[in-house]
Amino acid sequence: MGRWIAVLMMFDSFRADSHFMSDPRTFASRSEANPDRPALVMAANRELGTKLGCRGLGWSIKCVAGGVAMHVIWVGTRKGVFKLTSAERKAWALEGPLYLGNLVYHIVRSAAGTLIMATSAGHLGPALFRSTDGGKTWVEVAAPPKFPEGEPRKRAVKHVFWLTAGPASAHGLWYAGTSPQGLFVSRDDGLTWEGVAGFNDHPNQLAWVYNDQDQTPDGGKLHSVNVDPRDVNRLLLCMSGGGVFVSDDGGRDWRPMNRGCAADFMPDPNAEYGHDPHSVVQHPANPDRYWMQNHCGIYRMDRQAGETWRRVGDHMPKHVGDIGFPMVVNPRNPDAAWVFPMDGTAVWPRTSPDGKPAVYATRDGGESWQRLDRGFPAAQAWWTVKRQAMCCDGEATAGLVLGTTSGEVWASADEGQSFACIARHLPHIYSVTVG
Amino acid sequence: MKVHIPTPLRSYTNDASEVEASGATVGELLLDLDRQFPGLRYRMVDEQQRIRPHMKVFVNGEQTFDLAHPIKATDYIHILQALSGG
Repeated sequence: MGRWIAVLMMFDSFRADSHFMSDPRTFASRSEANPDRPALVMAANRELGTKLGCRGLGWSIKCVAGGVAMHVIWVGTRKGVFKLTSAERKAWALEGPLYLGNLVYHIVRSAAGTLIMATSAGHLGPALFRSTDGGKTWVEVAAPPKFPEGEPRKRAVKHVFWLTAGPASAHGLWYAGTSPQGLFVSRDDGLTWEGVAGFNDHPNQLAWVYNDQDQTPDGGKLHSVNVDPRDVNRLLLCMSGGGVFVSDDGGRDWRPMNRGCAADFMPDPNAEYGHDPHSVVQHPANPDRYWMQNHCGIYRMDRQAGETWRRVGDHMPKHVGDIGFPMVVNPRNPDAAWVFPMDGTAVWPRTSPDGKPAVYATRDGGESWQRLDRGFPAAQAWWTVKRQAMCCDGEATAGLVLGTTSGEVWASADEGQSFACIARHLPHIYSVTVG
Repeated sequence: MKVHIPTPLRSYTNDASEVEASGATVGELLLDLDRQFPGLRYRMVDEQQRIRPHMKVFVNGEQTFDLAHPIKATDYIHILQALSGG
C-alpha cells in the first residue's frame, strides 16, 4: 500500500510541475558546401541558460546545461521538430518548432554526440541535417543518400525514413533506411553517404519488395537497422513490407530471417519473405536476443538457439491483441520490453483498442504482460503511437516516452507505472528519441 | 538570366526571390544554381535526373518538363512549387 501511495504522490508531483513553454522561433539553414547560407540555430532555452554539450551516462543519454545533467527528448512531427528538456524528468520545457512545415521522420544521436535528422518538405526532395553541438546548430548534409544515377530500376530516394548510429566502438558509422526501400551507410559520421550495393542491388531484392509494387501508400519503408555491438559486420534490417533480413559480412550479402513469423495476409503464410515487421530491436546487453513488433504479433528470438521467431504476443489479452508498431526494450534488462497495442482488426483502424490507450510491459521475456495505463485517458482517446515514436531513456529506473498521432507527448519516470502528458497540441508525431 | 525562386527554396538563396544564373539549357541553369546555392538542385531534381512532381519550371511563361530545353540569356525563368493537398 505504501508503495502505491509513493507512486501516486510522485505522479501528482509530475503533473503539477509539468509546464509547457512554447517558444517558436524562426530558423534558417545552410548546406555544408555553402558557408554563406546562415546556420540553423536553436537557441538554448532561456531558463536553462548556457550552451548544451552532450555526454553519455552509462546506458542513459543526457546533456549538460549550466552544469546540470539534462534529459533531452527530440520530437519529430509532420510539421517540424520540437525539443523537450528536463533536469529531473518532472518539469519539461518545450522548444521549437525547428524546420516548421517539414516532415521530420527520425532524429538520432550517436554515442559520440552527433545528431542527425531526416526530413522532407512537402514536394521538395529529402534532406538530412546534422548537428555536432547538441542540436544548437544544424547543417544540411551535402552528400545525402541517393541511388546511383542511371541505375536500371530508376529508384530515387523519396525520403530517409530511418537512422541508426553504429555502436560506440565504430565511431562515425551510421546507416539510413529509405523509401523506396534502400540501405545507405556513412563512415564519416554522417557527412557523406553511399548505397549498400550488396543489399540495394541484391539479385533477390526486387522480389523481396514485391517488385516495387503494393507497398504502403507513401512508399515502402526500410527501418530497424541493427548493428551487432560485438561485430559490426553482423547487420539486421527490416522492410515494410518485405520482412527481416540479415547480413554476416558487413552488408555484402543478405538473407531473409523470418522463420516462425506469421504472414497471415500472404497466400503462403510460411513464406520465406514478404512479411511486415513493424519494429525490431536487438538487445544491446544480450545481442543474441531480438524483439519484434510485427504486423502479425509480438515476437522474440534468441538467435543462438536458432533463427526462429517465437510469438510471445500470444500471452497478451485476447481483447487487446498483439498488433502495434513500436517495440521498446529496457537496455539494462533483456527480459523487459514495452509495446503499445493498436487496433489491427478488420480495416485496421490504427487507433488504441476501444479508444483506451495503454502500454503493455513484460519483465519475463514476453511470458506475461502487464497493462500500464495510469495517467492516460480512460476512454474516448483514439490516438496511437508510430514505430519511431516510443523510447526508453535507459536510466536505472527507466523512463518511457511516447508521442501520439494527436500531437501529445507522454512520459513516465517509473518504467511505465504512471504517465503524464508533458506536451500537447503538437502536430502529428512521427518520432520520439532521447539525446 | 533572371530566375524566380519560390519560397520553399529561399533558405538556399538567403531569402532572395530572384537570382541571376546562366546556362544554355534548363539543366545547365539548374547546375549553375546548384553551384551558387549548393543543395538547391537536389530538392528540385532527383538522382535519376527527373524534375520532382509538383516542381515546375517556366521559360518566359511557358512550362517545360525537359532539362534539355534550350534557353538564352534574355529568357526569364520562373521556378514554381505547385502546392497541393487540403
